Amino acid sequence: MENKTTNILIVGVGGQGVLLASELLSETAMQAGYDVKKSEVHGMSQRGGVVTSHIKYAKKVYSPIIQYGQTDILISFEQAEALRAVDWLKKEGLAVVSRTRLVPPIATGKKFHYPDDPVADLKKKFRRVIDVDADAIARELGDSRLVNTLLLGVVSSSLEFDYALWETVIRNLVKAKFVDINLKAFARGRELSGNGKK
Amino acid sequence: MRRLLSGNEAVARGAFEAGVKLAAGYPGTPSTEILETVAMEYRSIYSQWSPNEKVAFEVGIGASLGGGRALVTMKHVGLNVAADPFMTFAYTGVNVGFVVISADDPEMHSSQNEQDNRFFAKFAQIPFLEPSDSQESKDFTLKAFEISEKFDTPVMLRMTTRISHSKGIVEEGEPVTLPESGFKRDMQKYVMIPANAKKRHVVVGERLEKLRQYSEETDLNRIENNGSSVGIITGGIAYQYAKDVFPDADYFKIGFGFPLPIEKIRKFVSAHKTNLIVEELEPYYEEQLKAAGINVDGKKYFSRLGELSPYRVAQGLKEAGIIKEIVGAEIPPEELFPRPPILCPGCPHRGAFMALKKLGVAVTGDIGCYTLSVLPPLEIMDTCICMGASIGNAIGMEKVRGHKKGVVAVIGDSTFLHSGITGLLDAVYNKSNVTVIILDNRITAMTGGQQHPATGHTLMGEKTREVNFVELAKALGVESVREVDPYDYDGLLKVLKEEIARPGPSVVITNRACVLMPKRIMDRPYVVISEECNGCSACFRIGCPAIMPSKELTKHNQPKAIIDPVLCTGCSLCAQVCQPEAIVLAPEPAGVK
Repeated sequence: MENKTTNILIVGVGGQGVLLASELLSETAMQAGYDVKKSEVHGMSQRGGVVTSHIKYAKKVYSPIIQYGQTDILISFEQAEALRAVDWLKKEGLAVVSRTRLVPPIATGKKFHYPDDPVADLKKKFRRVIDVDADAIARELGDSRLVNTLLLGVVSSSLEFDYALWETVIRNLVKAKFVDINLKAFARGRELSGNGKK
Repeated sequence: MRRLLSGNEAVARGAFEAGVKLAAGYPGTPSTEILETVAMEYRSIYSQWSPNEKVAFEVGIGASLGGGRALVTMKHVGLNVAADPFMTFAYTGVNVGFVVISADDPEMHSSQNEQDNRFFAKFAQIPFLEPSDSQESKDFTLKAFEISEKFDTPVMLRMTTRISHSKGIVEEGEPVTLPESGFKRDMQKYVMIPANAKKRHVVVGERLEKLRQYSEETDLNRIENNGSSVGIITGGIAYQYAKDVFPDADYFKIGFGFPLPIEKIRKFVSAHKTNLIVEELEPYYEEQLKAAGINVDGKKYFSRLGELSPYRVAQGLKEAGIIKEIVGAEIPPEELFPRPPILCPGCPHRGAFMALKKLGVAVTGDIGCYTLSVLPPLEIMDTCICMGASIGNAIGMEKVRGHKKGVVAVIGDSTFLHSGITGLLDAVYNKSNVTVIILDNRITAMTGGQQHPATGHTLMGEKTREVNFVELAKALGVESVREVDPYDYDGLLKVLKEEIARPGPSVVITNRACVLMPKRIMDRPYVVISEECNGCSACFRIGCPAIMPSKELTKHNQPKAIIDPVLCTGCSLCAQVCQPEAIVLAPEPAGVK
């Protein structure tokens, strides 16, 4: 295996469950035989602030954080947060964005403004943007927390790992009673990316 | 077995493999998960949260002297609290292994300063080890216990946020078998009266010489030869960043950080045409190398402020003329609204700060979630220095400004037990007229929900006695102690007004549990009746993340409010400040009684 590093950045807002998605992703890369590092900062960021998780895998990984402009895949749990992360993403990188819109109290005043259509802004900058109405689909599947595995499903078809491996990891890491519903969300995400085949 | 572990989880694993008997600490980002992991996964280790780091450290000393390997964990500023036993334990030395974790927070992700505790080890003249990834976090923990016993010294393991909270693959091993040991009475070694301490200080000096020799020989300080004319001297996370940016250089990687392997570094430096020190925060290596006549630059190219990153290391290497090109952003960053952390929807602290804002008094603050009240839109906190400082700050302020102007100290339950009790004692003793609000949410919340002496449970999950704050405050001599419901805005306002006006110290205790605790506060969320909302924005100003502007505007073009039904906990504070009474409890869902 050549030492090409794959860099994935997951962003969102504290409380959205960004950490589960990054757990599943890094575990999958490890099971596939790669060296993996992932980095995120806990603490204050949990209280509704910005949460970012860096995942890197290669034959050998040194820094747990990605360099600006070197992210291959950006996964954003919130529209405007995708826009906040543009300087991390490669120009030819892939952005998978949930259409979730979380306007913080600070952007309800006169000083700051939440962008009208962050996804449209993103599409002006990057060629490869997949936007997903993740909240609606997750609710339809039965639980708003399924956004995690849904977005991961979308991303999975751009990664080299077998469906069977993803399934094993989800079975191992997700609480038993939520496994089936998460697998369903994952499969749905894979379909959305135009690659439904297992 | 190979597992993906965070640096903190790896330290816990290391403690298990090292046969640790007792682990103690006080929660503090980024150190908290070490003891949580010990308590969850390695039940053979007795583990406990102490009321503060000083007590935890002293408990650890007791364990070591009693014959069990001891691990003590804290964040960098926690070591300030534990500095008293730390400095003198360096004199007595250990019976069996003792390791203290100092988890530093460069960049201050969740701290009030970014002090570099490598200097603390040097100050106490004890060795410290610094891992640069999860595998080393485990390996160095084991090594630290060996060194502690070999050289009869407490050892510090210095972590940083990036190491503590990054995950990497760790190869797990089997626990070691240790010889039986017990307490051996040795008054000259452990009773630090001046006559004994003078003799022990001599031993500290002798020990340091042995440690210097060890530092020169150990493979914790290793050279990576790539046949380059450039030599980079580095350690901790900075090593990983430098390797990412410039893998072809030769490396001197420091894992054993005090005393430094000066002669080994001198040889390395003389073998390279160009040398550079890459270290995060202070010029710790650089000062000592320069003092030893090894003239290598570092901080000329790298800031002393904040965290390094691959990008910042690349910038420094470019400035030093070592690399020519740096990779950066292809798309420039976007100007966006900020998204600061904020009190949760339904947070019981919110009501107290809404009331304080209304009263316009000076508010001395403390360390906890409630410190977030300094941020917009609440913006009602005037000081935050360290754990427990709010009460002392309030006493001093009131003494010079007088009672009439009003000063209120706000402090959380865990912080009050950590180091607020002595402050309150001072207020009574010195006849202060301060009002102290104990924001009792029944948990150590900011660090993710840890038990403390008033929650009724220990770290290992046993039931235990709970501190009663009312009785405690009364026992200290406070005459007026009142409990209030922080969801009752008018009631809270009334009580605070009375207590601020009252001469003498008073204590007001808010009595609602943290909203992140498993139980929902009320059954149903609140909703905005759109036709009634006049767009006055009073509900926006309480800073609740569940309340957002609607796309629907009033006739004056103001956005109306909407409430996210999933985020709303039903605390009702927004409804209490809504003049047109547009915010009401959601109707019961159909089919539910």
